[in-house]
Parts: sequence; C-alpha cells; structure tokens
Amino acid sequence: MQGLAESLRAAPVRPAPWERAGLPLLEGVPSETSEEHFGAEFRRFSLERSKPGRFEEFYGLLQHVHKIPNVDVLVGYADIHGDLLPINNDDNYHKAVSTANPLLRIFIQKKEEADYSAFGTDTLIKKKNVLTNVLRPDNHRKKPHIVISMPQDFRPVSSIIDVDILPETHRRVRLYKYGTEKPLGFYIRDGSSVRVTPHGLEKVPGIFISRLVPGGLAQSTGLLAVNDEVLEVNGIEVSGKSLDQVTDMMIANSRNLIITVRPANQRNNVVRNSRTSGSSGQSTDNSLLGCPQPMEPSFEPEDEDSDEDDVVIEDNGVPQQIPKAVPEAESLESLTQIELSFESGQNGLIPSRGLSLAPAAGGTDSEFETRAPVQKLLEEDGTIITL
Amino acid sequence: MMKFRFRRQGADPQREKLKQELFAFNKTVEHGFPNQPSALAFDPELRIMAIGTRSGAVKITSSSLTRVTVVLLLAAGDIAALGTEGGSIYFLDVTTLALLERQTLSPDEILRSVPDDYRCGKALGPVESLQGHLRDPTKILIGYSRGLLVIWNQAAQCVDHVFLGNQQLESLCWGRNSGTIISSHSDGSYAIWPMNTGSSPTLQPSVATVPYGPFPCKAINKILWRNCESGGHFIIFSGGMPRASYGDRHCVSVLRAETLVTLDFTSRIIDFFTVHSTRPEDEFDDPQALAVLLEEELVVLDLQTPGWPSVPAPYLAPLHSSAITCSAHVANVPAKLWARIVSAGEQQSPQPISSASNWPITGGRNLAQEPSQRGLLLTGHEDGTVRFWDASGVALRPLYKLSTAGLFQTDCEHADSLAQAAEDDWPPFRKVGCFDPYSDDPRLGVQKVALCKYTAQMVVAGTAGQVLVLELNDVPTEQAVSVASVDLLQDREGFTWKGHERLSPRAGPLPWPAGFQPRVLVQCLPPAAVTAVTLHAEWSLVAFGTSHGFGLFDYQRKSPVLARCTLHPNDSLAMEGPLSRVKSLKKSLRQSFRRIRKSRVSGKKRIANANSKLQEANAQLAEQACPHDIEMTPVQRRIEPRSADDSLSGVVRCLYFADTFLRDAAHHGPTMWAGTNSGSVFAYALEVPAAVAGGEKRPERAVEAVLGKEVQLMHRAPVVAIAVLDGRGRPLPEPYEASRDLAQAPDMQGGHAVLIASEEQFKVFTLPKVSAKTKFKLTAHEGCRVRKVALATFASVACEDYAETCLACLTNLGDVHVFSVPGLRPQVHYSCIRKEDISGIASCVFTRHGQGFYLISPSEFERFSLSARNITEPLCSLDISWPRDATRARVQESPKLSQANGNPSIILAPQSCDRSPDLAHKGADTPEPPESTLSPMSIDSATSADTTLDTTGDVTVEDVKDFLGSSEESERNLRNLTEDEAHTCTILIK
Repeated sequence: MQGLAESLRAAPVRPAPWERAGLPLLEGVPSETSEEHFGAEFRRFSLERSKPGRFEEFYGLLQHVHKIPNVDVLVGYADIHGDLLPINNDDNYHKAVSTANPLLRIFIQKKEEADYSAFGTDTLIKKKNVLTNVLRPDNHRKKPHIVISMPQDFRPVSSIIDVDILPETHRRVRLYKYGTEKPLGFYIRDGSSVRVTPHGLEKVPGIFISRLVPGGLAQSTGLLAVNDEVLEVNGIEVSGKSLDQVTDMMIANSRNLIITVRPANQRNNVVRNSRTSGSSGQSTDNSLLGCPQPMEPSFEPEDEDSDEDDVVIEDNGVPQQIPKAVPEAESLESLTQIELSFESGQNGLIPSRGLSLAPAAGGTDSEFETRAPVQKLLEEDGTIITL
Repeated sequence: MMKFRFRRQGADPQREKLKQELFAFNKTVEHGFPNQPSALAFDPELRIMAIGTRSGAVKITSSSLTRVTVVLLLAAGDIAALGTEGGSIYFLDVTTLALLERQTLSPDEILRSVPDDYRCGKALGPVESLQGHLRDPTKILIGYSRGLLVIWNQAAQCVDHVFLGNQQLESLCWGRNSGTIISSHSDGSYAIWPMNTGSSPTLQPSVATVPYGPFPCKAINKILWRNCESGGHFIIFSGGMPRASYGDRHCVSVLRAETLVTLDFTSRIIDFFTVHSTRPEDEFDDPQALAVLLEEELVVLDLQTPGWPSVPAPYLAPLHSSAITCSAHVANVPAKLWARIVSAGEQQSPQPISSASNWPITGGRNLAQEPSQRGLLLTGHEDGTVRFWDASGVALRPLYKLSTAGLFQTDCEHADSLAQAAEDDWPPFRKVGCFDPYSDDPRLGVQKVALCKYTAQMVVAGTAGQVLVLELNDVPTEQAVSVASVDLLQDREGFTWKGHERLSPRAGPLPWPAGFQPRVLVQCLPPAAVTAVTLHAEWSLVAFGTSHGFGLFDYQRKSPVLARCTLHPNDSLAMEGPLSRVKSLKKSLRQSFRRIRKSRVSGKKRIANANSKLQEANAQLAEQACPHDIEMTPVQRRIEPRSADDSLSGVVRCLYFADTFLRDAAHHGPTMWAGTNSGSVFAYALEVPAAVAGGEKRPERAVEAVLGKEVQLMHRAPVVAIAVLDGRGRPLPEPYEASRDLAQAPDMQGGHAVLIASEEQFKVFTLPKVSAKTKFKLTAHEGCRVRKVALATFASVACEDYAETCLACLTNLGDVHVFSVPGLRPQVHYSCIRKEDISGIASCVFTRHGQGFYLISPSEFERFSLSARNITEPLCSLDISWPRDATRARVQESPKLSQANGNPSIILAPQSCDRSPDLAHKGADTPEPPESTLSPMSIDSATSADTTLDTTGDVTVEDVKDFLGSSEESERNLRNLTEDEAHTCTILIK
C-alpha cells in the first residue's frame, strides 16, 4: 500500500500561500541574522507504508524533493493528536509512517532557523496553534519563547527509569546534577505511611519530599513532588534509616542521584500496556506484570563513573580527570560493589517490602530467585487508600 | 552480573572463620573518675571501696580495680532497719523484702522514755542517723532530727539510754569503746556525749563546741570519731565553715589534739571514710587513712605520716582536672623513653615515693597479666597541659604532666597570687586535690598532639595557632625558645581575622623543669586553632594546618619551608575564630531566651487552677485525637551537593609525611600530604638533605617543597585521613621505625598506593600516577559519615604470627566498621557509641593494635577493643573467707545474679561483649530513681541523712528509699552473701 506524504518547507517570516492547508507549521525563530530566505515550498509525494526504508534514505528523498541537497534540515511530522514530533532516526520515522492517516504531514525547517520549542506535546492543544504563530509573526514579540536545543544537543537532566521493572505505583527518577548550575533543589522530611503487614495495617515511618525549590532541578523535571515518599536512594532502600542518614546518602550520590519514590499523586503513573517500552530501553517481557514489581539496586555503568571524576592536577598544572584504573583494579572495584549490594539485601532490603526479586536492568530472568509476595503494598494517598 | 550474584550467595566460610579470629568487639574498661558520684562505701574487711553514681552504676574498686555490680550488694542482708521521715524505724527482712511489722519502732514508743518537759508536744522529727555498734550488735544508736539520741536495744526491744539533745542533728558517730557518742549539728557545732550506764536521761553533752565560731557557721554534715593507740583521737568532719566568709568552701576538717587542718577542696564533698581497724576485739580504731570522695575526684590522706600527706591514687584519676580537648595514643613505647617519662613525672610530683605504696585500699588481687607492651595515652587539656597516662593496663595511671602555659603571657596571672596572699591563717586551709577546671586563657587549649617515640620529640598545637616543638630533657634547664610565625593567608586580599589575638610568648631564657622542654614555637597567622599537625623527627619537619591553610617548618634550621592558603574566596566563616565573641554571645543569648521561654511555660502550668487544669486536659485530649503527622514545623533537610564555597571548606583536616613515589615510579622520596574540608588533597615532593651516614642531624641545607599533585575529590567531602601503602599493601612505618629495625622495612620497589579517607568514602589511588584503584562509598550505601579512621594491625587469636592491617573507622552514628586494606572490603561492624553522644564520638581515638578510647563522661574514658587478641580488661579476684556461721547465702536466690551466671563462684564474665550497659541496666532495674536507691549520701545537702562510712552499700534494696544500713549489718550481709556453701569463694570479675 502506498502512503502519501506531504512535506512543507517553512519560511518563518512571511505568510505562505498554502495557509489554507490549515496544517500545523513549524514556527521559525525570527532571526535578524538569517540572510537567506528559506522560502516556503510544498511537496506531495508517496511512500511505501509497509517498507518505509531507512531514515537516511528518507532524508535524502526530502532533500531531493525540495531540491536542497546540501542544506541541514530538521524534519518533523504531525501525529494523530496534532502534535509536532521530530523525525530524526529510523524509529520515529517508522512510527511516523505507521501513524499516517492517510496523509503524513512533514515539516522541514532549516536547522539554523529552527524553533525547537515547537517540538513536543500539546502543540495543537495550545490556544493559538503553531500555524497561526508562523503566519502572524508579530505574535512573537508579545510572547518571547525560550530557545532550547534539539534532543541530540541535550545533556540529560532527568529521566524516569526502570519503568518496566517497577510497580506502577512507584517511580524511579534519575537526576543528573553534573555540570548543571541549577541546585538539586529539594528537601526531605520524616513522615509515616501505611502498609499492609502480616499483622494488619501498620503505620511505618518513611521519608518524604517536603519542599521543592522553585527553579531547582527537582522541580523543573516535574517528576518529583511534595509528599512523594522516598523508597530508595541509588538502589539502597531507605526504610530503617534516619532522616539524616538518607540526607547523607542523597548528598553522597548527588552527582547522579536515583531516587525511587511513591508519588503522592498516583494519577499520573505510567500505565503499562502490553507493548510499552521502558525508557531504560531494557524492557523485559514479564508475565508477572500485574503484581507489584520488585526493585533491585541497579548498578548501571554510570553509577560507577559518576564520581570517578576526581580531578588531579599534576605538577605541570594541567587538571585532568582521574583515569579509571587498570582492568584488574576495576574488577576489584566491581567486586566491592557487588558485595555491598548483597549486604544491603541482607539488611532486609527486599523482605521488608515483601516484594519479590526481579531482574535488574540488563539481567535475564534465569539469574533471579523469585520470592512470593508476602505483603502487598498499601499506600495512603490523601483519603484514598490504594492497594 | 550473574557471576557476582552467585559469588555473594554465601560468604566464604574460611574468611568468616578468619574474621572471627581477628575481630571481636568488647568494651573492656572504664578509665578515669566516675561521673557524678553520689555515694561511697568502703568495706574494711575486704578493703574494697564502692562508688555509686547518679547513672545508677556502682563501681567497686580496690588496688586491683575490681568492679562489682549492685546485685552483689543487694543479694544478701538479714534485716534492714529503715529510718523514716516520720520518725518511725521499720525493720525489713531483706531476703524476703517483708516488713517485720512487730518490730516497728514508732516515735511514740521512744517518747515514752523521754521526760515530759523534753516532749512538750513537739515531734522528734525525721530519723537522721542510725548507727550499729561494732561490738554489740544488739544496740542501735538512733538520732532524730530534733536532737534526741536514743540507744535502742534490739534484742530486748527497749530503750537503753536517751540523750536529750536540743540542737538539730546532722550526724552521729559512736566511739569504739562505747564511752562516747559524738553528734554534729546544723548550726556548725558538734557535741560529745559521755556514756553513763545510768538509766536517767543524759541532759547535757560533756563538750559542745562550734569549731569555726563565733560567727554563724554552716552545718557539720558528717562527723567521725576515731581513737588511736598512741593516745588521743581524731575528729573528722565536713562542713561547719563560717557562713559569711567561707560558706562557699568545700572543706573537711581533721582535728587531732591541737592539730587542726582544714582541707580545702575544689569540688563538692560527696562522702568520706577512714580506713581503720574494724575488728571488734581491737581496742583502738587507729585510722590509717582518710578517703574523701568529691564530686570530681577522690583524695586520700595518709593519717599515719606526720603532716597527713595525700596519697596519689593508682586509679580513678580525674582525667578532667582540666577539660580534655584532644587525645592521642602511642603504642609500643620503647622502655627507655618510658623510663625517662616516668622519671620526669616523679620529679614533678612532690610526693615521697614511699607514699605511693601506702595506698590503703588493698583488697582483691589483680590477676591480669603484665601488659605485653607499654601504651601511652596523651590527653591535651584546655589549660594548655598535656598529660601522659600509662594506658598499658586496666588502671589509667598518671605519669607526667606537661604544661605549655609557662611559655606565654596570660592575663590572669597576678590575680591568683594576690588571692593567695590575702588569705588568713585561720582557718588553717590546705589546698588538696588537683581538679581545677578554670583555664586562665582559653587560647592555651591544646588542639593536637604528636609524639615521636624514638627521638622523644613532640609537637603540641593549640587554639591560638601555636605550634610548639618540644624535646624531652632529663634535667632542668634555662633557655630561650625560638619563635617564628607563618602567615597562612599568603597575602590573600579581603580577609580580616575577627577572632582572638595570638598568644604573646615570654621573652628571654625561661626555666624549664625536667621533662619535655620547648625548643621552637611557630605561630600561625591568623591565629586560628590548629586543626592538624604531624611530625617527622627523622627529617626534623613539622607540618601544621588551620582553617586557613597549612605550613611546613624545618625545626632543625628553624626556618619555614612552605605556607599554603586553602581558603575559598567565598568563605567568610573562616574569619571568625572558634572563640569569636560575636558568635558565642549570639548563641548564649539565644539559649538564655529559650530557657526563659521554657520556664515561662512551665511557670504558667504551675499556677494553673482547677478550671484551667480541666481545659488543659481537654486540650490534651484534642491533641491526641488529631494525627501526629501534623507537626508544627517538620524537620526538613535540604539535599544539595557539597559545593566549593561551603563554609570552612579550607579547613586543613589531615597532614601526613611519607617516603614514597610522587614524581615518578623510579624514585621515591620524602612527601607531604594535606587534606582539606572540601575534598582537596595537596601532595608535595620534599627535598630533604640526606643525613650524613652515622650522624643524627642532616646538613644545614634548606628543605624544599614542590607541589607534586593536587587531587580534588569530586564529592568534596572532608578528607579525614591520608596514608600511603607500600608495594605489599601495608601502611608505611613511622619515621625511624624501619631505620632502627623496629618494624619490617616497607616494600620500596614501587607499587605504592595512597589511601584517602574522606567523610563519605575511602579510596585507594595508585602512585605516582594517581588513578583510582579501589574504593568504598560508605555514605552512599549506609548513610553514615566517617568521623575517625585509623590503620590498625589485628593479630589472630588462633595463629601466633598471623596479622592483618585493616582500616578501623568510627561513623557519625557511633558505629565502628573495619575494612580490609587495600581491598577496602567491609569486614565487621559494631555499634559502639550512642549516636547522640557527640562528644563521645568526637573524642574517640584508635590504637595501633585495634583498641580505642572514647569519653563517656568528661572524666571517664571507655576503652574498647576491636581485636580478638589484643584485649585489655580487668581480671581480678576477691577472696572472701570468714570462719563464721551464717545463714545460707542468698546468692542463688537472687534472680539477677543467677541470670548473670549460674556459677557458684561469682564471675561476671565477659561472655556478652558489653558489660557496662549490663551494669547500668541492673542499676536501672530499681523502680526509684538511682539517686534515691543509692541512699542520699551527698552530705553537703542539708536534707541528707547521715551515713555510716563502713556501710558496704546494701545499696539497692528495691522497695526502699531512705535506707541507711549500719556497718555491722553490712558486714554481715557481705558475709552471708559470701558464705556460699564453701568457706572460701572467689568473686572473679573479669
């Protein structure tokens, strides 16, 4: 079957004649320095829906169709919700083609002039759609937009990880502090939560996020909120630890902080469909999906690297990062690491939660012993108690 | 991943076994003087002494330093006579805790034997004193508060005699030959009553005197009468001082014939006793010694030597005679240095050596083996002294005291001598004891101490940036000290020191007694407290650091080598000294406001009437109803990584010298390392001119220091310690250790590594190329921070010559962890100190052989052991045998005792690793607060009742509050206790 593709090369400054197309357009950044007008052109061509080919080929095709062989462009498409999403690799290219219904609307923009802020969700739900912005550039003066760079230029700031191995009620958030000027910007406090134990409902002490500093990293990610209960810090369970201990653990891990929380607001949980892939990209096909999933300290390579960055200034005065030691030393190191995680497991890491062991990232099922869930997790969310 | 998982399934059983042979945690001894003593007892037969403390612990000591728990004392005793506030005396069968009601002696019964005109409707008041008679156990001397003295015949249940005293009674003592009774009173008088056998009441004492009159005097809280074979008698009493002029003194007066000495103590008197003959058949008491328990120390006077000199105590030393500010341990002290220090100490002490052997409390036998090596504990004090303690064995014995104050001019010098001169001849005061908590000048405080045991050189560094290099000299000298100052700010702009001034040294040659004599004084500028110090006697170098930077000084050539500022530009706090007035004033104001607020709140509660009480109750109910989570101000903690501009980031935390590979892998040489509060490590390569072969001193050429490496730990946690490990992973030996064949020479073939311990993690880096080799992230995993670390050698109990060097670490939670070196794998961990005990954690010092000390009170060190082999603990026996029939011992009946052990010989064995909580627990078992169960022996307080000195406790009779036993009874109790089937029974206190 043949699919249709419409591609639009957008000109930022002037209204184009194909306004009637009513399509979301890329919003160009008004730039005084852009001397060459990229103009606006509209092409329509067809693609093999079942065999879309590779992104590179598609990119070449676009350059060919628009006769811009040596110009770096950004490619975006409007998805079924009207959101403008980028096409820059095979995956999202295939996704784009598969969602074409029947028309795939593609927007091409010159890289230098690109407005990256347009990418993302809710592009169409905004009161004024992108097209009108493009078409009436004077709007911009009133509402200056923040310029952000393209995904490939991003330094990761935060991510939700291990979605596929965590229970849906939990969220594991990674905050990358390194190099950011922003403060981590959150506070924790003591509190209590309700659990189901063999003795019935029991109130147990817990650690909660008490405050987010406006403009801080924690707040800007939107992944952490006040009253979220902190369950783990970098794979170490916090139950049984004092507020000061947890504070110290977090500060010690602050360059690469991974906190597992039970969000106070359980309505925004990631709902797993049968084919959801975790952002860790290590989806495991797990038949126990319905059950609360266990957590296992996941020692990803970054964990180790994060603070290997001690700086040594040799006598020549040039600072350099401390290199990783010789391989044999490294294996020693990981041994130490492993012994540790074992200890923390011994300390009641798993049993206290009553969760079964499950694969850590990168593991295969065979290496894990699975324990039957002894207790279910109960949690207090305002007045609602959810199991 | 899989591989590792399997590997950690089961720990290696061989390694586990080895661990057991290497590591074991024991709290072994408490050194020093008990905190807040509240009661004292002495057993004249066993010649042991017991001290009760407010914490409920009873410590029993003798020359072998025995410690027995409350249980022993409690377990026996026939009948206890209990005098009460209402004036009644109850008799209690201690074994059954049943009151012998028929015997209860009410004041009414006594009053029947008293003439009408004495009665005159007034009550007798509380029973103030109960005394048994040494020779006639049937008789009890009862003293009532109003002044009436009664001899009660317990056998005949009748009054033998009454003495119609009219002065409010404080204390009583019965003369040995029944000829006299002596009473002391609240008006500062004492009275001697003749004992006539007639049945008519004695109306007047034969002698009644106010010894410190004629002006109003304070009460004589306790009085003793002791007769002597050589004729005459001792009258010993506490208190009675003229109210207006000397009412604030803590005095015990000793009077014999015409000789009166007013012993003037620096802390409150708890109790006192004499060591004298207590055999009933002896005609005379013949007191040998007087022991006075004060709040802060124990003083013993030799009553048989003219002049009644004080006897140095072999234990219970008041460690805190001036507050302890730092401590250090030196292991394996060479015999030669030991002897020199001991000799310097003997020259210091005015005591004739003979009185050292006169220690009168001689019970028990010390079964502990002679310590295999000499250990020296150095404590630095607030007054600028460093005290040297023999820490080889169970008793911490003072050896020598070094004072640095003489080098400096302080403000308070003249005031002292003036006060001395102004004092009159009367009363004949004599200053006794050494507890003197008042520091002339806080800047004198000792912050860091280091001693080279091979050269007898040491460095003492203090609060005002003073770094003093001293050398042991066996003879007194008079010499000038060379002074140098080192500017650690290094012309940094924009910093002004707001703290104290530096100390000004005295000019010219100064006389120095035998002992450690100062050679060089280096003063840091600004004069902030020294935070780190290290000494390398072989290179004649001393390194020191403050919150501003660090310096290196060549004390042979008396010239500075290096100064480096470590301040971060944003650090403003570093400019305030620790004694900054602004800060402390703010703090104290805040505290006093808080106190006022608190007292107001409680004040309001007190005046609450019935109505408001109801409201209060309702409010409380409402409070309980609402959930607890809604706290007014929940405690929050901010989560932010450490940043470079955190306050005090420039504080130098550790300094270290090592002969290692810093420049390249082919050449090793002297290096100096410094670590700061913000995770910076500076490593300098030193150029130290080599000593001429055979010569002690190196040639007069300048030492040079070149910065070789600078490491910034990414986590920026304070660097707690730095150590270089040799090619075999062992720490480098101390200076001279290897060159004098006292330690195995280090592997200098290369492959060295540096261990950097920060508050958050341990890391081993290769040298000379600094790359991370192994690490352990303690804080990231455990949430605890490192407070103290030390490399220690752990010898195996199973194998004579197997030992491992490990890293011992104390955390902010009070736990002790042991890690392998250089693998940094966790071996064992124990909880050691309560995490709330911040001063305990801060005071902890590890020894080189896996022991440690920390302060459990201002005056006591707890000694603990992490090593399975190297344990210093009391091991002694107390032989008890009396040829006397007695009721069956109640040892077995005591549930507590049988719980402690099921053994006929009473062994408080250290099976459980921790005995002192055990002890405290037993003390705390009693329902009453410990103070009351231990009987109110504090004789300075007006309400306290009299206590018999010889009372061996009977201390914790659980249901009894105001219990005062008589000497006879207590003796009997002990006998009963010990008559356990066999005639001889051994109390083994390990």
